[in-house]
Parts: sequence; structure tokens; C-alpha cells
Amino acid sequence: MTEKFAVAAGEALRDTGMRRALRLATASARDRRADAVAELPDWEALRDAGSAIRRRALLDLDALLTGLEAAVTEAGGRVRWAGNAASARRIVEELAPDRAVLAGAVLAEIGLEPCGDPAEAACTVTGADFLVAETGTVVVLADPAPAGALVAVAGIEQVVARWRDLEVLLQLWPRSAGGSRMNPVTTMWTGIDLVLLDNGRTRALGDPLGREALTCIRCTACSSACPVYERVGAGPYGGVLPGPIGAVLTPLMHGIGPAHRASLPFASTLCGACADVCPVRIDLPGLLVMLRARVVESRRRRPVPTPELALMRSLAWTMSEGRRYEQALAQTTRWARVLSRNGTIKRLPGLFGKWTEARDLPAPPRQGFRAWWRGR
Amino acid sequence: MRVALFVSCVNDALFPRTGRSVVAVLERLGHEVVFEPAQTCCGQMHWTTGYHREAEGLARRFCEVFAGHDAIVTPSASCAATVRNAYPRLVGGDPPPVHEFTEFLTDVLGVTDVGAVFPHRVAYQPTCHSLRALGLGDRPLRLLREVRGMELADLDRAEECCGFGGTFAVKNADVSVAMVADKVRHLRDTGADVVCAVDTSCLTHIGGALSRLRSGVRTVHLAEILAGAGS
Repeated sequence: MTEKFAVAAGEALRDTGMRRALRLATASARDRRADAVAELPDWEALRDAGSAIRRRALLDLDALLTGLEAAVTEAGGRVRWAGNAASARRIVEELAPDRAVLAGAVLAEIGLEPCGDPAEAACTVTGADFLVAETGTVVVLADPAPAGALVAVAGIEQVVARWRDLEVLLQLWPRSAGGSRMNPVTTMWTGIDLVLLDNGRTRALGDPLGREALTCIRCTACSSACPVYERVGAGPYGGVLPGPIGAVLTPLMHGIGPAHRASLPFASTLCGACADVCPVRIDLPGLLVMLRARVVESRRRRPVPTPELALMRSLAWTMSEGRRYEQALAQTTRWARVLSRNGTIKRLPGLFGKWTEARDLPAPPRQGFRAWWRGR
Repeated sequence: MRVALFVSCVNDALFPRTGRSVVAVLERLGHEVVFEPAQTCCGQMHWTTGYHREAEGLARRFCEVFAGHDAIVTPSASCAATVRNAYPRLVGGDPPPVHEFTEFLTDVLGVTDVGAVFPHRVAYQPTCHSLRALGLGDRPLRLLREVRGMELADLDRAEECCGFGGTFAVKNADVSVAMVADKVRHLRDTGADVVCAVDTSCLTHIGGALSRLRSGVRTVHLAEILAGAGS
């Protein structure tokens, strides 16, 4: 069972070596991306086009997937459908009994570790980066260099409608992912065996938030931009996908039931750096906020309200009437002044204690703004 | 021009000088400031933490309290962003005409020199909401560059979040502190004595860390600098 984000993050923050490595790696990725993007006068238009291509693909997904299956089959490949990770692993074992496995996000998702040598194995298993429905083509942004047959594993959301959609995506991805003008080696395979993985994607697609999140092209620009990811790395995000997109996609694909997944949407300051760099314009802060609401709603039904819910309700009640607010303000000010020394509060009780662990709080002045306004 | 002030609950309770400074600057420029005494909170914290039912109630209330005003000014970029970006989702329709203070000065009133004097070395922190949610760009800096006697320091990694993030600061306190520690380091490297921004809550966070370290560096809202006559 994975720990809640805050707990895992607390441990990760102590890993000096990781902190240093991540600081350097994310800074370099951010700089390279910024330089590569600045070269293109039409970058913002490209982002619009990329977003539109991905959104349209997901809206037409049923037709695109059957079209893809037909095109792959016609070109001589087999298409197999996997509902979950275990099923995908079984299919891979069946299609490729003697195999080498390459590294890849989707392969990690189904629990396949890299192993073997593609130059010797009868079969090489690779992840895919894009699938083209009209031609049945699997696009791999690397050279799998297989000696024998190639089997690709891809998420069902990775399909796009047309060959020419790649014109946009193959500009967006390399500049976002590694700050390259183009990917050094891109290979395209038509008619190879293809395992299409659901594993929570249909669940996410049934949800407007999930539909937006699944337009992701897995470039990792949001992670490199994220100040939280920079400090804690991939570990505390649990699932396969780290960073801001992981914080929304993991709960959307698998639900917010367990405490760890429910904690993910809160693992962000909503600073917006991720949305600024997303090549397909996913509104990550907006999705995080809407997912937070789902988590909060799921907890309202508990017989005993959480301390946070009680606090939030009482604050909203206080704020919903002018006189009530003023009385509470006066009372809180008195208490806060009792807790303060030399105009500073160094320790607060309860939920607020987390603030004063490392930060002071100024004592509220005797006369608040509205009192001053009234007296002028 | 008649301007309604939304001071924000944080400024009302903790930093009344921010509100007083906004009033001082606008009145010095010859405008009339009104204060709706029924105003409380815009609901930002409830919105960003996921308490959308409560946020909706506060949003409706805000719209009622400020109904009929043509211009509402607030010294809080994150509150302005909440009204502008979250209210259409919460209550539908066009949001009330809220302007962040520096945006109001530069865009609506068309001024950058407000006659301020502030003889200190100052670092400006472009907060996330001012930068990315409102897109204020260099508006605050244009105002600061006209302040007499002030030295504006260059802040490294200025556009990186300070780690506040509303309830993030307590829910993920460890990460939040790691972030503000780096922010404080960059701020101290500037040699500035004063840190300013257009969001009091971020300043409370940065200022809280500066204070805990007895740095001697203080935080002020940008409005206080613009109101400054040499303090």
C-alpha cells in the first residue's frame, strides 16, 4: 500500500543525492525546452493544433480503435485487447514467448521490466508513443532495433486519426520532452503485433476531467516545470505517471478510494507552471481543483465530519454574514494577540501547527482595516 | 472615478496597511474609494481546497455585495483570479468587474508614476496568480520603476512558486517549507531589505519564513510602496 503523498514526500525530501540530481535535471530540461520553443514563431498555434488533434481523437476513440484494428490486421499484424495490466502481461507472454523487453512507460504500467537483448531475442516488446488509425502504424520515438519480430504495447488513448496529425505531434513532443528540434530516431512500424491496453482509461474517458487529462502525449514537460516534482521526484506520486499529470490521471484512471490516490490532487500549489508548458494545453490546475472537489464530496458522507470539513464549514458560515464575520474577526484577533510575542506568533494549535513548524505568523493588529475605515 | 475596494479577508484582519495604502494611492490620484462593509471573503480557499458548495455560497454573496459597482479593485491577485476564473464555473455568467490593483492603475487609469518615494533596496516576487492566472506581466514592475529613491533588485528564479498554495502550506507542509527555503535563499542573495508582491498571502508565507530565520528582511505589499512618502 502506497503512503499518502505528504508522508512519502517528507521522506523523499531528505534524500540529498536525489534532490541534487533532480534540481540539475529539471533545471536543464526547463532551459532546453524554453530555448527550443522560443525558436518557433508558431508554437502557440502548434499547441492549439495539438490540443485539437488529441481532443478529437478521444471523442472519436471508438471508431478510431476499430479502424486501427482493421488497418493493422490488413497489414499483417495482430491486435489484442487487454482490460488490465495482468491481462496485457499474459497476452505479451503468449505473443512473445522468447522476448527482450525495452524500457517504456506503458511497459512499466503493466509490470514488464526491461530484459534481454533485442539483437538476439526472437521477439522484442516495445512501448509505443503514437498510433495512427488510418494506416495502422505504430510510432516509436526510438529505435527498438529488433532482430526478430516486434510487439508493441500501447494505451488505447494514444491513437490519432490521421498520418498528417503526426506533423503537429512530432514537433510538439521533442521540443517539450527534451528540448530537441526533432526526435533523433523515430521509427514507424505498420503491421506489427499490437497490444491495446485499457487499465482504467475507459473509466477516465467517461469523465470530462479524464477526457481532458488523457489528451496527454507523455512528454514530461509538466514534471520538469513542477516545483513540487523538482523536490520530491517520482516516488511519492505512486503510480506509473509522476508529476502534475500523474496527480490527475492516476486518480482518474483508478479512482480516489485509497488515501494515497485521494491525496494526489492536493500535491500541488496550483502555481500553473505545468499548464504554461503543456504542449496540448491540458488545464492541469483546473483539473486538480475539480478533483479536489471530488475528494471532498466523497468525504462529506462520513458519519463524523473530518476536522477540515468542520473548519471549512464553520469558516464559510462565519463569512456568509457581515456581523458574524466582524465578531469572529474581533475574537480571533484577541486570541491571536494572546498567543503572540513581540507581534509574532511562533506556535499555533491544531491544523495550523503545520504552518508554525517552520514559519512565523504576524499577530493581527488591534485595529483591522474595516475598523480603520469606519473611524476615518 | 468611483472605485469599490475589495480589501480581502487576509488584508482586513492581518494587514490593514495594505488596504489603507490602496485607499491612499487612489485618493491621491483623485479617485473616490468606497468600501462595502458587508464584504467578507471571495471564497478562494474553499474553491482551491475543493469545498465548492461553500465557495459557491461565498461567490454568490460577493456578487450581491458588489452588485452595481462598475469597478472593483483588490490588492490581491489571487482573489481577483478567483473572481475572474472560478466564479463563471461556480455561479455562471460574467464575473463582477474586479481588477487587481496594479492592473487597475496601469490598464484602467493609465498611470505608472503615482508619485511614490521609497528609499530601500527592494526585490519583487511575481506571484503565481499574478503572473500565470491573471497574466499581469510587467505591470507591477512598470509601477515600481517609477518609485523614487528605490533600488529594484534582480531576483533569481523569480517566477518559481514560493510554496504557499493556500492549504498546501499545511497539507504538504514539508514540500512547502522546502520551496520557501529556496525562495528565501534567492531573496537573500539579492541583498534586498524589502520584498514586495501583489499577493498578501504569498507575502505572509515568505515573510513567515524570513521572520523565523530572523533575517531582518521584511515583506510589504506593493501598494505600501506606492503609497510611500519616504518611510
